[in-house]
Amino acid sequence: MSTISVKKRTPNIHPKKFGLWLGLGSIIMMFAGLTSAFIVRQAQGNWTPYKLPDLFWASTIVILLSSLTLIVGERAIKKGDSLLYRRMVGLTFLLGIGFAVLQYYGWLALASFGIILQGNDPSGAFLYVISGIHVVHVLAGLLFLAVFYFKTFKKTDAAEQLINDMKPEKFLGIELLSTYWHFVGVLWLYLFFFFQYYQ
Amino acid sequence: MAVTDIKLHHEIVVHGHDDHHDEHHHKESFISKYIFSQDHKMIAKQFLITGIFWSFLGVLMSVLFRLQLAWPGETFPIMETLLGKWAEGGILTPSGYYSLVTIHGTVMVFFVLTAGLSGTFSNLLIPLQCGARDMASPFLNMLSYWFFFSAGLVMFISLFIETGPFGGGWTAYPPLSALPQADPGSGAGMTYWILSMSLFIISSLLGGLNYITTVLNMRTKGMTMMRLPLTIWAFFFTAILGVLSFPVLLSSMILLLFDRGMGTSFYLSDIYIAGAPLTNVAGEVLQGGSPILYQHLFWFLGHPEVYIIILPAMGMVSEILATNSKKPIFGYKAMVLSILAITVLAFLVWAHHMFISGLNPFVASIFVLFTLLIAVPSAIKVFNWIGTIWRGNINFTPAMLFAIGFVSLFISGGLTGIFLGNSALDITLHDTYFVTAHFHIVMGLAGGFGLLAGVYHWFPKLFNGRMMNNTLGYVHFWVTFVGSYCIFWPMHYQGMTGVPRRYYSLEYFQTFDIYGDLKVFITVAAIIVFFAQFLFVINFFYSAVKGKKMTSLNPWNSTTLEWTSPIEPGHGNWVGPIPHVHRWAYDYGKDGHEFIPQTVSDDQMRAQGLKVTESGH
Repeated sequence: MSTISVKKRTPNIHPKKFGLWLGLGSIIMMFAGLTSAFIVRQAQGNWTPYKLPDLFWASTIVILLSSLTLIVGERAIKKGDSLLYRRMVGLTFLLGIGFAVLQYYGWLALASFGIILQGNDPSGAFLYVISGIHVVHVLAGLLFLAVFYFKTFKKTDAAEQLINDMKPEKFLGIELLSTYWHFVGVLWLYLFFFFQYYQ
Repeated sequence: MAVTDIKLHHEIVVHGHDDHHDEHHHKESFISKYIFSQDHKMIAKQFLITGIFWSFLGVLMSVLFRLQLAWPGETFPIMETLLGKWAEGGILTPSGYYSLVTIHGTVMVFFVLTAGLSGTFSNLLIPLQCGARDMASPFLNMLSYWFFFSAGLVMFISLFIETGPFGGGWTAYPPLSALPQADPGSGAGMTYWILSMSLFIISSLLGGLNYITTVLNMRTKGMTMMRLPLTIWAFFFTAILGVLSFPVLLSSMILLLFDRGMGTSFYLSDIYIAGAPLTNVAGEVLQGGSPILYQHLFWFLGHPEVYIIILPAMGMVSEILATNSKKPIFGYKAMVLSILAITVLAFLVWAHHMFISGLNPFVASIFVLFTLLIAVPSAIKVFNWIGTIWRGNINFTPAMLFAIGFVSLFISGGLTGIFLGNSALDITLHDTYFVTAHFHIVMGLAGGFGLLAGVYHWFPKLFNGRMMNNTLGYVHFWVTFVGSYCIFWPMHYQGMTGVPRRYYSLEYFQTFDIYGDLKVFITVAAIIVFFAQFLFVINFFYSAVKGKKMTSLNPWNSTTLEWTSPIEPGHGNWVGPIPHVHRWAYDYGKDGHEFIPQTVSDDQMRAQGLKVTESGH
């Protein structure tokens, strides 16, 4: 009806992806709050210094590897290689579990130095709480990785497959998951260097 | 003449779509339609009605503690009926008083003025005014309401537990909030409080993510950002504030939980009770913590929170003032930029709540500067509102009266903010009734007036085209407006003589007797205003069921998109295609036309032989 030309809008990012990025922004704010609390509190003294256990180096490498395997998996499914995709999602899941286990042993090592959660000096408490909240975010990602892994075994008939293939958003789920997974990886990298610097 | 033509044209288009109305409807069960609804309009109603419930409870609490303040020691049988052992013999106990004050603050700030205000109207108006069928994620939107509902449920349960609800103030400063032995309510009551707040934070985050995504991604064709009504701009920046500040409150709550249950001492240090040092769970003397750290984390949310409350009210007031004065909003771009400026500055002023906490005076001076800077965008907005209604053809609907009342309150309360923003003056004024008066007028009342203005204005869009009763609305407005000033204006004088807020009783301070029965006057005004709200709630529920149906789609002759949807919009808002937008939201009085809807293009106008100049927007 109208002939007025309206300025064409640029193609938009998918709303769910955009929503995820916003959610990541709020997670960043939470950790920004916690780590700035760390800095402020440390500056007030009464703070036992400690050396970060070497195990955290191992866990850092493991979580970076898991990002790599998920990238390989995402590329595989986009090329139609569903077997490689399944293996890579499974491997990412295992590496994620490995990260959580290594973090736990890292905490045990730290505790063996006498840096514990309780007590008057919160230098250890900050590390336990901040890295603990991070592991909770990793566990949430693991839950979704498990769901995606088991979804690869679901039998679909040819017609269903055809419909699925035609959907423009058929890779949306894995794209969202890998964005989140890379995010928790990078978040740990930040926390790791933060703890190294301020230990 | 010209006006009626546009209206005719406008309704014919919509009526054409109306014919197909029934085909598009699919049956919904009672549960999916009224309870676990994913329709943004139903979710808005759920937020509003839950908010009204909490506002009555919250205001009732304030009336009860005002009774104690006005007549300390007097017996009120009603108190014992309502509060049981917290008012044995009809006299409010100190613990009961502190719990009432605390829960009043928490409930009004979070449940009424955050969820009830931005939850209701962001949900209702974002899809309708942007031209979207629903939110980006209706499912998350539904979750957002049910998290809010659960937060309320947990808070409600905490009112009935044996040790009573939390009583350490709505800011929940440690050590009162961290040590169970500080107050009866600091035990289980505080645990419920933290749980309730955590659920509320999740609710706000889910809602905020949805609002931002919807505004940026789901606008109809032709709806550029600079054509958006100011309501949407306000909701948009409110959501950004919430998404960035609520997570920090969550981290402060997590650290608080560890201090309460796990023996850490993030916030606890050097506490002596009856001469004996306090020990933690591990049996050590508490020394390592910093209660100031909690204040930093809390106010990093707490200050943006007041803008989370006031921005939606500002947006709705802008819209209502322009619509009912039939004039374009004065300085649209300046309005958008001032909302942006307020949003940015909101994050840089939190320590002005902490001037006398031992903050470094040089740090304080920076916060004074930023705090006073906020006066600039706020003043721009006030001048623009006045410029908008200046010499306008004003239609004094109840909504318009509440919007004008908002501007009045915002000016009165904003001016006292300039006093409080000075760290030197704050030494005398901190924690006095001056502060109570300031934030109740500028945030509580102004936010409340924005909420009421919105309800009166958009009621037909909430309840299938039914209108609220105007006469009751006028009585409600005048009693509330005059009464509210009577409550809070005298508090400034009390505060300037140093009357401290939050005290259970002032009868032993002879110096505060100079104003005689002022505190009785305040309490009487509070009781009158409380009962006046029943006029509103009767009007609200009666009109929702039996109210007069509006006869045209657009009762206020407004330009925005929500008035092009059917009188009884189904899930999906528009039958047939979503209307396109050809102009900004404020073409009132342009070229002699009373209003030109956003959906009408210049070409359509010319085709009807109507004079129109090229629109600049």
